[in-house]
Amino acid sequence: MQKLPEWMKWCLHSPKLAILIFILLCSVTGWGAQNLYFRGDYKVFFEPDNPQRKAFEDMQNIFNKSENVSFLIVPKEDTVYQSDTFELIYQLTEDAWQLPLSTRVESISNYQHTYAEDEDLVVTDLVREGQYDSDHVNWVKNVVQSVPEIDGRLVSDTGDVAVINATIQLPDGDQTKEVIEIADYARELQTKYEQAFPDHEIYLTGMVIMNDAFAVAAQDDAQTLIPLMFVVITIMIALLTRSVVAALATLLIVGSCIVVTMGLAGWAGIFLSTATVNVPTMVMTLAVADCIHVIVSFRQYARQGMAKHEALTESLRVNTKPVFITSATTAIGFLMLNFSAVPILSDLGNMTAVGVMFACLFSLTVLPAILNLAPLRVPTEADTTHSKYLQASEWICRHYRRILPISVFVVVVAMVASTNNVLNDIAVKYFDDSSTFRQAVNVQEETMGGMSNIDFVIYTEQEYGVTDPDVLQKVDAFSTWLSVQPEVHHVTSFSDTMKRLNMNMNNDAPSAYRLPDTQEEASQYLLLYEMSLPYGLDLNNQIDINKSAVRVIAVLDNLGSNEFTEFERRAKAQFKQLAPQLRVEAASPPLMFAHIGARNMKNMVWGTILALVLISGLIIIALRSWRLGLVSLMTNLIPAGIGFGVWGILSGQINMALSVVLSMTMGIIVDDTVHFLSKYQLARHRGQSVREAVGYTFATVGQALVTTTIVLAAGFGILMLSSFRLNSDMGTLTVIIIVAALLVDLLFLPAFLMWLDRKKEQSRGEKDAISETN
Amino acid sequence: MQYLKQINTWFLCVAVTLAAPVWADEKSQKQGLKIAQERKDRDRGWQNSVAEITMILRNASGQEATREMRVDSLEMQEDGDKALTVFESPRDVSGTAFLSFSHAMEPDEQWIYLPAIKRVKRIASRNKSGPFMSSEFAFEDMTSFEVEKFNYDFLREDTYQGDKVYVIEQIPQDEFSGYSKQIVWIDQEHYRVRKVDFFDRKGDELKTLEFEDYESYEVDGKTFWRPKRSYMFNHQTGKSTELITDELVFKQDLDESDFDKNSLRRAR
Repeated sequence: MQKLPEWMKWCLHSPKLAILIFILLCSVTGWGAQNLYFRGDYKVFFEPDNPQRKAFEDMQNIFNKSENVSFLIVPKEDTVYQSDTFELIYQLTEDAWQLPLSTRVESISNYQHTYAEDEDLVVTDLVREGQYDSDHVNWVKNVVQSVPEIDGRLVSDTGDVAVINATIQLPDGDQTKEVIEIADYARELQTKYEQAFPDHEIYLTGMVIMNDAFAVAAQDDAQTLIPLMFVVITIMIALLTRSVVAALATLLIVGSCIVVTMGLAGWAGIFLSTATVNVPTMVMTLAVADCIHVIVSFRQYARQGMAKHEALTESLRVNTKPVFITSATTAIGFLMLNFSAVPILSDLGNMTAVGVMFACLFSLTVLPAILNLAPLRVPTEADTTHSKYLQASEWICRHYRRILPISVFVVVVAMVASTNNVLNDIAVKYFDDSSTFRQAVNVQEETMGGMSNIDFVIYTEQEYGVTDPDVLQKVDAFSTWLSVQPEVHHVTSFSDTMKRLNMNMNNDAPSAYRLPDTQEEASQYLLLYEMSLPYGLDLNNQIDINKSAVRVIAVLDNLGSNEFTEFERRAKAQFKQLAPQLRVEAASPPLMFAHIGARNMKNMVWGTILALVLISGLIIIALRSWRLGLVSLMTNLIPAGIGFGVWGILSGQINMALSVVLSMTMGIIVDDTVHFLSKYQLARHRGQSVREAVGYTFATVGQALVTTTIVLAAGFGILMLSSFRLNSDMGTLTVIIIVAALLVDLLFLPAFLMWLDRKKEQSRGEKDAISETN
Repeated sequence: MQYLKQINTWFLCVAVTLAAPVWADEKSQKQGLKIAQERKDRDRGWQNSVAEITMILRNASGQEATREMRVDSLEMQEDGDKALTVFESPRDVSGTAFLSFSHAMEPDEQWIYLPAIKRVKRIASRNKSGPFMSSEFAFEDMTSFEVEKFNYDFLREDTYQGDKVYVIEQIPQDEFSGYSKQIVWIDQEHYRVRKVDFFDRKGDELKTLEFEDYESYEVDGKTFWRPKRSYMFNHQTGKSTELITDELVFKQDLDESDFDKNSLRRAR
């Protein structure tokens, strides 16, 4: 074993000074935490140059923005066609204009209905104040069924639900404050009207409410998971160290790692998000693992009768290398998240990597310094766990011929099962059913169908191009095609408005419900209509200022990523076929999410390969053996394979957070392998047989491996309790992979080594050619 | 009794203190109204005018669209003014004519002539708050200023671009107005409106209108000021509209018969 570096010794010798420097470091870095702020909008998931985000933002600059708050009005009995409901809709529509930053409010009450009267075009609200009588209700019912712009959008096909949709113009950049303000105001309205109209239920959905739900989810995580984590960690340490002082020291180290990590993040200008809010939990977990290594060895040596100072030195001597290697590989794994296409996952990786390295530093310097200063009682009871691990190793060595094929079988089954996994990023489904937002989404899905929109913009590249009869006819054909697709619920198309206007201009003759014949007619009808619309209900959300581009909005089922992007591709191909001379672009937040999964996965493949290369390189250097390095590569990959296989059986839904788990866990699971192989190598070098070497390895590191796995599984297991799917899924898969890694290292690895080195069994003592170099 | 009297005195004092700001309010309201009346008076007697106007629309991404129109206006003494707007470009709506009778308190009356179908259509809607030609100008921003349309409150004196101005608040009386209030900067020398801030119905700042390059015109010995350029910026959407008066002449051969439904057809 190598000697302890001077500076580490110094920490042990002058603990007070070391602790003083530590406190200073924590204060200076921790001060940066005040720069942290939270961002709850969905755009944090996308890089500024993400093509779908750019397409969406370009579209928003040409047309009005389409962030929204939707109120779903659900009467407890009958349909929305009743006096009470009409009154509710009218009043809530009026009040919704008061939502902060609202620029447009649409509902059946203020829908600008057009009809002909004495040769004139009448444009009027469908429901005005006081028009709640049954005659009017019936009239509206008839109108709704004849107007495709309302039917299925502002009222469900069955009439069970009415929608009041408020468009919100959010400022650029950080919008969290505004989002929370708007959502709070919307909830106030919701409560007010649920009380005033007890026969109705009101649900809130829409992009702004989703952004707010992101914020709420992060807050929930911060409020429940982090304290819970502290409880679990405290219990864990108490069980493993059985010492109050050691437990307090560990908590202090863990706490300081979090302070330093979050502080540095603050200095670096990183913001908090639904992903990074769980950095403390992860850093805590990894820091505890480091501390436990140091404390457990220290106790072992102390039990053997060493003085405190001596036992600490000895513990550091044996632990420095493995703790450093583990931390370095873990940090590398997390740093590979920089390959992710999701900026906040990169932040998560960077912050955790920094935290891990500080945990390494603190547990090897400050922790021993504190332990050295503090009064510590060392128990003297004998240790019995050694023999259990020895028995286990003997059992494995006896049965390795059976364990190997079973392992191979399990791996093959896992590989097959992992093909069950499909990429699926549906933002609204990141929230579990306990979230009020998700409940509203479920109601909307049941009554209105999905809420995933794709906006198609058709560019004609010439002024008043949208009133060209040829273009209109193409737009109409495309809208018709869209509306007959099975996954489509509603299509908002300017061509419908145009047909209706043509009918109105021809004295409401049903036969005139068709597109105008000439461009002049279409342009002038449009002008007349536009001149008739009141504030906030103009056509700017469908037509650009030049009248050269038109937006067709399709609302679809909440499809999985692949189906959604496939639909986009299909629709674009259809349009290309219909109108090869026109340019069409598709964009929307659901489309952004649908693409991010695949993009992220593609990027993470490179991240993972690089992580593999770097980590394997580190292991080869650490073990100074190509052969064992390659063996470690295999044992590092199998757990991930099993993990994704189990996931394929359990769920099969891969979201953007899961595609990063592979490179993230790689560093963690390497820990097990490195410990195992380094001890195994040591024993072999001493000339022991494979069987003896496995026995030695089990006896020395078996407990440490099991302990760290339990700590890590408990730590990441906490994430499983998050109501936010990205976090809970990440936690679940990580736990599966970590546990699989332990099983692989304790069952498959020794069996594999027995098989691999079976020839050398005969000629014991013969050294590995490459390992001779050390 | 003595005791009661004391209470009464106290009560009176409190009442006076509480009422003081109300009096001040009433005073500033009167002052605001006076400024508005003066503004209107200074602009009486221009009879009629014909203007060639270019309208430039811009959106948040810098896209631009240009419209050209001719506006004939007729001053009415006891009512809002009448205006006939003929669109000259873009080509598709060229020849479309728009006639409006603005009224102080009742809804405005509006007709439009569509050359494509050679028909005059009445616009039957509450579009007062809606955009004019999909610009950032609402109909209510384009119609003539009438004192009765608003309640006034004088806010302060100030300077604007080096000129002394009155800053007054005006609250629309019409429930179908798109605004909760407007803040108007009026210069003290000529009572010309220099700038207007518009607030939407929830009280947020919506638009700012700036009048630039005022030019003076003589009609029967009285001086009238008209801006060459009006610039309306929407703070919420980032869109803007510029109105440029390319040509303006007063006292043309126009009378009420040039501003009726029949005149629309021959408006070209």
